[in-house]
Amino acid sequence: MEAGTQSLGDAGFEAPPARRSMAARPPLVLTALGILVALAAVLPALYLLIVDAGAIGDALSAAFSSRVAGILVRTLALVAAVVATAIVIAVPLGWLTVRTDLPGRRLWATLCTLPLVIPSYVGAYLFVAALGPQGLLADAIGAGSLPSVYGFTGAWIVLSLFTYPLILIPVRGTLKRLDPQLEEAARGMGRSPREVFRTIVLPQLWPPIAAGALLVALYVLSDFGAVSILRFDSFTSEIYVAYSSAFDRVETAALGTVLVVLMVIGLWVASRLRNRHALHRLGPGSARPATPVALGRWRWPALGLCSAVVAIALVMPVGVLVYWATQGIDDGSTTLGAVAGFAGNSILTGFWAALIATVAALVVAVLAGRFPNPLTRFIERCGYAGYALPGVVVALAMVYTATRAAPFVYQTVALLIFALTIHYLPLAIGSIGSSLAQVSPRVEEAARGLGRGPLTVLRTVTVPLVRGGILAGSALVFLHALKELPATLILAPTGFDTLATDIWRQTQFGFYEASAIPALILLAIAAPPLYLLSERGTVAS
Amino acid sequence: MRPLRHRIPLLPLLAGLLLAVSIGAGCGFGTENAGGGEGEPETEGITLYSGRIAAALGGANDAYEADSDTDVEVRYAASADLGAQIVEEGENSPADAFFAQEFPAMGAVEDAGLLAELPDDVLEMVPPEYRDPEGRWVGVTGRARTVAYNSDVLSPADLPENPLDFTEPEWEGRVGWAPITGSFQEYMTQVRLAYGDEAARDFLQGMVDNGVTAYPNNVALRDAIANGEIDAGLINHYYVAQAIAQEGDDYPVELFYPKQGLGSTVLLTTIGVLEGSDRKEEAFDYVRFMLNDESQSFFTTSSKEYPLVPGVKRDPSLELPLAKIPAPPSEPLDLAELQQTVELMEETGAL
Repeated sequence: MEAGTQSLGDAGFEAPPARRSMAARPPLVLTALGILVALAAVLPALYLLIVDAGAIGDALSAAFSSRVAGILVRTLALVAAVVATAIVIAVPLGWLTVRTDLPGRRLWATLCTLPLVIPSYVGAYLFVAALGPQGLLADAIGAGSLPSVYGFTGAWIVLSLFTYPLILIPVRGTLKRLDPQLEEAARGMGRSPREVFRTIVLPQLWPPIAAGALLVALYVLSDFGAVSILRFDSFTSEIYVAYSSAFDRVETAALGTVLVVLMVIGLWVASRLRNRHALHRLGPGSARPATPVALGRWRWPALGLCSAVVAIALVMPVGVLVYWATQGIDDGSTTLGAVAGFAGNSILTGFWAALIATVAALVVAVLAGRFPNPLTRFIERCGYAGYALPGVVVALAMVYTATRAAPFVYQTVALLIFALTIHYLPLAIGSIGSSLAQVSPRVEEAARGLGRGPLTVLRTVTVPLVRGGILAGSALVFLHALKELPATLILAPTGFDTLATDIWRQTQFGFYEASAIPALILLAIAAPPLYLLSERGTVAS
Repeated sequence: MRPLRHRIPLLPLLAGLLLAVSIGAGCGFGTENAGGGEGEPETEGITLYSGRIAAALGGANDAYEADSDTDVEVRYAASADLGAQIVEEGENSPADAFFAQEFPAMGAVEDAGLLAELPDDVLEMVPPEYRDPEGRWVGVTGRARTVAYNSDVLSPADLPENPLDFTEPEWEGRVGWAPITGSFQEYMTQVRLAYGDEAARDFLQGMVDNGVTAYPNNVALRDAIANGEIDAGLINHYYVAQAIAQEGDDYPVELFYPKQGLGSTVLLTTIGVLEGSDRKEEAFDYVRFMLNDESQSFFTTSSKEYPLVPGVKRDPSLELPLAKIPAPPSEPLDLAELQQTVELMEETGAL
């Protein structure tokens, strides 16, 4: 609380002096909750510190070896390539599906968002099955040699294809909410549509692009399944080698710590980008929907772009899965009863992780977005701690902590849900935070000026206003928890299988046909919340 | 605004639906795992961490449950993951016994001081070369490390009598391995101990320079040989034996047992009981059962592995008798040796 009162100056000159103190001091309950969330979120990082501290010399030599430098460069190159590609795919798709007269744009929006439901490890093995040597394409065209799908190229393509929706979703959300007045004014002054886009629209898109790009970058940093199937040695696969081949906790922890440092740098860059731009409407009144831009003869190339993305990232993977599924049913290798049980378990864990993460993220986002001071900013940064660490490390931290401090929760569904919650909390914080940034604090100040308490304002004004972000955030957490693999494998109670663990187990032993039905059901469960995300979740209230 | 009105009912509906399904799933889960609840903390069952998949363990496990009236709760995962997990759990591990598919995982658990000494009668069921001299784990089945090749492309005469010769230029880009698997690392450790670090390094470096293809597991390796992606690979025998049993004799992959060096060798699946277990007697019984004739026959007929208990007949499809395949070195591998191998593999770029 000290920090809260000291940083009054941070409120800037938005609010008149009389109301400053009200704006700057967060309610005590909220701060307390925020600190609890931050503590929970940094648990895996604390675990790393404990292990590092236990053998500091070994940890330092593991972290600063020349090998680590090599892996670091490789991994960062992959992150940069995937982020750039995802932006290049997502921004045009976002603009086309919100601001133009593209035929069937709502449908395209949904279809273009759907690749997010495909777990990257499923995407990777489907990619190999389709485009690999002796894959379906090679068979179809009778070619003996296709360009290799493995290594950097494969990891780059697959991760780009299945993560770009993380940028598309916030970009569309922002485009829908952007006030068209500025653009109309600019056009009125004779600027061409292209100039208007570059000088007016694009600058306002930077915050959602930065928020999405951060999520993509963190996803790539912590992905294990896709890189290992595509034989690209990234940081995570090295961590896995240290963990499961060398049984070397110290090296695992040292590499994990380097990842945390990377994440901190990423967060810093993202926050710089975000702070540089004004985010909410300055004028009074509410934003009107913008008049769609007529595409004219550009309609066909635009449709071509959408179809190409949907064909490669959605139709092809689902097609292969359906083909395998029919074979799996034919040879009786899939029992629907068992799959229904896995589906129930997946929904159970995903639902609760999403619910808890959303509440926690709301606390963090409101603290950081509405009561900016060093403490709340620190809480927000802590909230991101779980995501850059691979699921393996998050899970090991839970194993370590629970078996020592709370054996009664070990190998319970509750602990699994807790781990998934802190692992994917940043998705909800990002989504709610950027949605909050678009609502002017003046609205809340007005409510407070009318005599309502801060918590009442939060409940009656802020939450309804950022409902889009809340929905989007919870849907994202649900999706990711549904797909999460290593943490689920390690933490699930004995005998508790989810769709993700079943898919992994089947594919590990090459039973692709048997993995297809659980994979399709996973997609079917993930699709409705994603639809919500792409359509309703981003409609301004 | 227009969409506001019909948007409202959808959300509670969806949330309610999810809640209902998850509560339903939660109830189902609760009844299935009642043993963990407060009502009956003293279950008669034991918990087994199994690095073997259900298909490879299930039959023997079911027979034990029926025979002994003891429930076995089995946690299936990769041996390495389970080994690391037990080490992380320490003395509070819920596991009573650990059945490792690859040895390094068992070595890690033993190294952490978490294994209990097995009773003599259990140890004596298998010959001394297949058990821990300290008496903390015992081998259950044997798996030959050997060479698989695509029989449409190659004949046995084309293959080297010593797999270390796969570093020759004629094999450039034609061979695969699965370096991340525990069984490969165990095999490389044996090579290293038998021929020295230099020879092992030369082999690893030679393979990497020769463009060896790395696969995440032996199934992927076998399938790559079957579909012609590569011509040959270093593999565990039963991946091929099982595929031939399923696909018939037309299956294009055959096994070749090189006669020189460590061309072929035996790796063990092992089982141990955890010192922290409070049901050690039941766990010892379980180990006894895995070594009885019935279980040993099940392992050899269903997953085509070599039985280790003398007198149990191996599956007829297994070409060479266990005695003809070099046994593991008499000193079992300790973890430090394995870690040195992993370091060598990382150094040469094999990992």
